[in-house]
Amino acid sequence: MKINQLTISEAQKGLIEKKFSSLELVKSCLEEIKRKNPEINAFITICEEEALSQAQEIEMRISKHKDIKSLFNEYPLLGIPIAVKDNFSTQGIKTTAGSKVLANYIPVYDATVVKKLKEAGAIIIGKTNMDAWAHGSSGENSDFGPTRNPFNKEYVPGGSSSGSAAAVASHMALAATGTDTGGSIRLPASFCGLVGLKPTYGRVSRYGIVAMASSLDAIGHLTKNVADAAKILKITAGQDGFDATMPPANVPDYEKDLKKEIKGLKLGVPKEYFGFGLNKKIREMINKIIVQLDKLGVKVTTVSLPHSQYALATYYIIQPSEVSSNLARYDGIRYGFNRQNFGDEAKRRIMLGTYTLSSGYYEAYYLKAMQVRTLIKKDFEEVFKKVDVLVTPVSPNLPFKIGEKVTNPLEMYLSDIFTVTANLAGIPALALPVGMINNLPVGMQILGPQFGEELLFKVGSKIEEISQNHLTN
Amino acid sequence: MIGEKSSLASKNYKLTEEEVKHVARLSNLSLNSQEIKKFQKQLSEVLNYIDFLKKVKTKKVEPTSQVTGLENVFRPDKPGLSLSPEEVLKNAPKKNQNLFMIKAIFKK
Repeated sequence: MKINQLTISEAQKGLIEKKFSSLELVKSCLEEIKRKNPEINAFITICEEEALSQAQEIEMRISKHKDIKSLFNEYPLLGIPIAVKDNFSTQGIKTTAGSKVLANYIPVYDATVVKKLKEAGAIIIGKTNMDAWAHGSSGENSDFGPTRNPFNKEYVPGGSSSGSAAAVASHMALAATGTDTGGSIRLPASFCGLVGLKPTYGRVSRYGIVAMASSLDAIGHLTKNVADAAKILKITAGQDGFDATMPPANVPDYEKDLKKEIKGLKLGVPKEYFGFGLNKKIREMINKIIVQLDKLGVKVTTVSLPHSQYALATYYIIQPSEVSSNLARYDGIRYGFNRQNFGDEAKRRIMLGTYTLSSGYYEAYYLKAMQVRTLIKKDFEEVFKKVDVLVTPVSPNLPFKIGEKVTNPLEMYLSDIFTVTANLAGIPALALPVGMINNLPVGMQILGPQFGEELLFKVGSKIEEISQNHLTN
Repeated sequence: MIGEKSSLASKNYKLTEEEVKHVARLSNLSLNSQEIKKFQKQLSEVLNYIDFLKKVKTKKVEPTSQVTGLENVFRPDKPGLSLSPEEVLKNAPKKNQNLFMIKAIFKK
């Protein structure tokens, strides 16, 4: 096994025990990038020089420090190469959001998450490709070319955090950041066999991240396992004073409960998510996991979220409306290029949102959608009085081929049918891999009440154990 | 059930070319005639899909705009660190001293 294939925890152990150096770790990721990126196209910018010099600096710090363990306690991501989605502002490093409008934009400040990751000792290895402005479910809406799925290069990696997923799945980085407005972390995690976390709305600061739909945007990450997801959230969560939508909720030790027993836990299976739109083999695979959880003493019940069928339509009113408002600021005067540089998908969403917000239509569309959003949120509140967590598929289908859905936007939008509800209700969601079908990864999703991330990690690491046993048996 | 075909397209709603042009103008986007035709079809399809929300009864339902229930978030009005004028103007395509340069809006 090469060192770039390790999880964060494994790599950290290796660094502490001096089995390899941070410089070697960075170099092995950079070599993988050079070998695979020309075909996969996971990165828009590779930060080779910066990463190497940062690794050298860390080497110095480690060599001078007497108590290495305490150093790694203080800097929980010391020397770990992380890829950053290209809609996170990075000081002095080009940040395009996947769009030609920002092809020359170099931020003068770091997003809060980037700042926090750097302060924890992480090394930014590069900026990842994405659907322009995070508009898309496949990565194909990038103005810098599509990203390919490392499991089969004919297929999409899922979007919009397409490059982040492909980079981690092909071991070009140990973890990556992502944004999730309607499934943009969870769908690519599912399509690339990774763990993807969409935290509660307001759990992680949006400051310095190119806004898509401000009432839905959640900032998360993609990792190789659940423990790494918990480790990163511990660093990125919490108020920063720059995002007024963050409640003053405490940041618990997310790593603490990972291995706790889940006997007696109440698990709901929402029937609306297992309807006939769902691929039969995916349903069987998830059902097997549920049976295993039941054997471990989890109380499984079928529940109903009656307004789920309206979620995607609600999302496709609220989201473009907010997109049209957020993208109105791009005028090419203060930075970036003019509006002629918007790609087709951005134009579609700007126009759709402008239409649904325009005089005479606002009440029929936007206000109506905000009311249905209340009903969707109430469904979850009711159901979480009866059960602790919910499990659902991430995607109704397996990854699709590059080009398969590009000419039919509505068909593409339907990819997010199981993921948008979490954004509308503001609840946390964890996607994790449960197996392979036709040599393509399959994910499932755990949903919990607002600020219930600890619970998701606890259940997630148990499911991880179950599905790994399945793979080895 | 989510994803049922029956939940798609409840009626055949179609945007006119004029409406597409009008929305493009409101959006500050200029489209060529090919784009107008393409977006006319694609936007109409999406409008047909979202139209089925009309079936939901929402009388007396409050709208949700902030999911975690925060209201009126304040902070002390103290000046803190901010960017220098040089930093603010760093990415400007046209600048003059400490100002952004734009095309004149009013004629002399």
